[in-house]
Amino acid sequence: MNHPSLIEAVLVTVVLTNLQLLGSSRLKICIHMVGLQGIVAGLLPVLLDHEANPLRAWLLVVGSVAIKGIVFPKLLLRVLRDAGVCREVEPFVGYILSLLAAVSALMFSLWMGSTLVLPQAPVGTTLMAPVGFTTILVGLLVIITRRKAISQVIGYVVVENGIYIFGVALVGGVPMLVELGVLMDAFVAVFLMGIAVYKISREFDHIDVDRLNRMQG
Amino acid sequence: MDATALLAPLAALVLAPLFLGIINRTKAFFAGRHGQPLFQLYFDLQKLLGKGATYSRTSTWIVRGGPIIGLAALMVVVLLVPLGGLSGLVRFPGDLLLFAYLLSMARFFTVLAALDVGSSFEGMGASREVFFSTLTEPTLMLSLAVLAHQSHSLSLSSALGAVTVTSWLQHGTSLVLVFVALLVVCLAENARIPIDDPNTHLELTMIHEVMVLDHGGPDLAFILYGSALKLWIFASLVVGLVLPVRTGVAFLDLGSMLLGMGLLAIVLGCIESTMARLRLLRVPNLLVGATTLATLALVLAVR
Repeated sequence: MNHPSLIEAVLVTVVLTNLQLLGSSRLKICIHMVGLQGIVAGLLPVLLDHEANPLRAWLLVVGSVAIKGIVFPKLLLRVLRDAGVCREVEPFVGYILSLLAAVSALMFSLWMGSTLVLPQAPVGTTLMAPVGFTTILVGLLVIITRRKAISQVIGYVVVENGIYIFGVALVGGVPMLVELGVLMDAFVAVFLMGIAVYKISREFDHIDVDRLNRMQG
Repeated sequence: MDATALLAPLAALVLAPLFLGIINRTKAFFAGRHGQPLFQLYFDLQKLLGKGATYSRTSTWIVRGGPIIGLAALMVVVLLVPLGGLSGLVRFPGDLLLFAYLLSMARFFTVLAALDVGSSFEGMGASREVFFSTLTEPTLMLSLAVLAHQSHSLSLSSALGAVTVTSWLQHGTSLVLVFVALLVVCLAENARIPIDDPNTHLELTMIHEVMVLDHGGPDLAFILYGSALKLWIFASLVVGLVLPVRTGVAFLDLGSMLLGMGLLAIVLGCIESTMARLRLLRVPNLLVGATTLATLALVLAVR
């Protein structure tokens, strides 16, 4: 079941969700986009079909789609509702500039993907490694430039998605135990960050990270 | 040159006002009204052409010349634009650029005429028009570049004529991106709803309509006909892209394209009825988003 055009569609969807993440001020849309990104990126192992054992690939898909596509968005939406925030009001870098930065990140990643010497030829299409790297950069951009604490969590999940795509592209068969362990770590991290954001909003009536350095006493 | 080359320009010149009529009827349907007749714009044009024109004493020949030059430029564009598989009347390598620059020329003279009138209100509209067109032009050029790259030709007719079912199967993702980008350009360039409202003449958020407030009589007829032609031009690009019917039989192609144009008119009417106009500050976001989509499509195509 190796469909280059299907893989390409998945990767383009990932890039589009990245753009939507950076261009949208509504946190709810951002969370939905991260969920969608997790679902489509989670489908990659089955589409690639380089596993000797398809059952393992399917288990991985079910696990990552369930956690990144369903659990994370539900958790974040719940935190969002409890914190009573719905918009990223004034990011440090504006939406248009972020979009342009994402496009330049894509260009840079494509250039890097064509020059970087990888330990083994990437599987799937040549687009896999660049899209993974772009997603990592976009996640970092979200973490750096957004003000609300929940955006930092979203950025963390985006980085995780990027590393996942990069990993699927580079290493044909990661042992499932490692993959599941990473997934578990990400789950615990997002869970804890969700609780932390909730506590911050309870204590301080806001979740603006740039005001958190004034939180003593 | 055979007679079929005349089909695309003739269809554009004759049916462009009807296209607007279909959009208006769709909007009326959504609003629960009966709406104006389908051929209303033809009646309007006939009425306006029979009237005289009034010119302000502060204005110069530019106000008189603007609508004529604008309409002339758009009519030349109509000769270049193919209707799906039916190629335009004039085609040569590089007419992609002529297409884009003739559209810019039409806009340039509309803007000049608006500034020449001397009303500050029109100057505001002119500045907005120029600002937003600087954002849509890269999108248009990048989308055309994708089509040109996939067909290995710099002519609009062969670039669109080369879009077939197989190219949709092979490069579906980048063509979908180009389609969305072109649809946004079509809405923005023709002052349709998420960007501008063609029906409001006296609101502060409008862009295109404000520039033509002081034109009347035959000049207004030229402007209205020109904007109908412009809408037809962009719509035929979009339909030619999404409807890959290239049978080679002229009348089958023409029939399917006209059907597609009618469907697109209804779709545009639905978009206009179901969406609210964006706040002026949010418009650049949409347009830059469309540019990034077109860039992505080009990256996918060139890679």
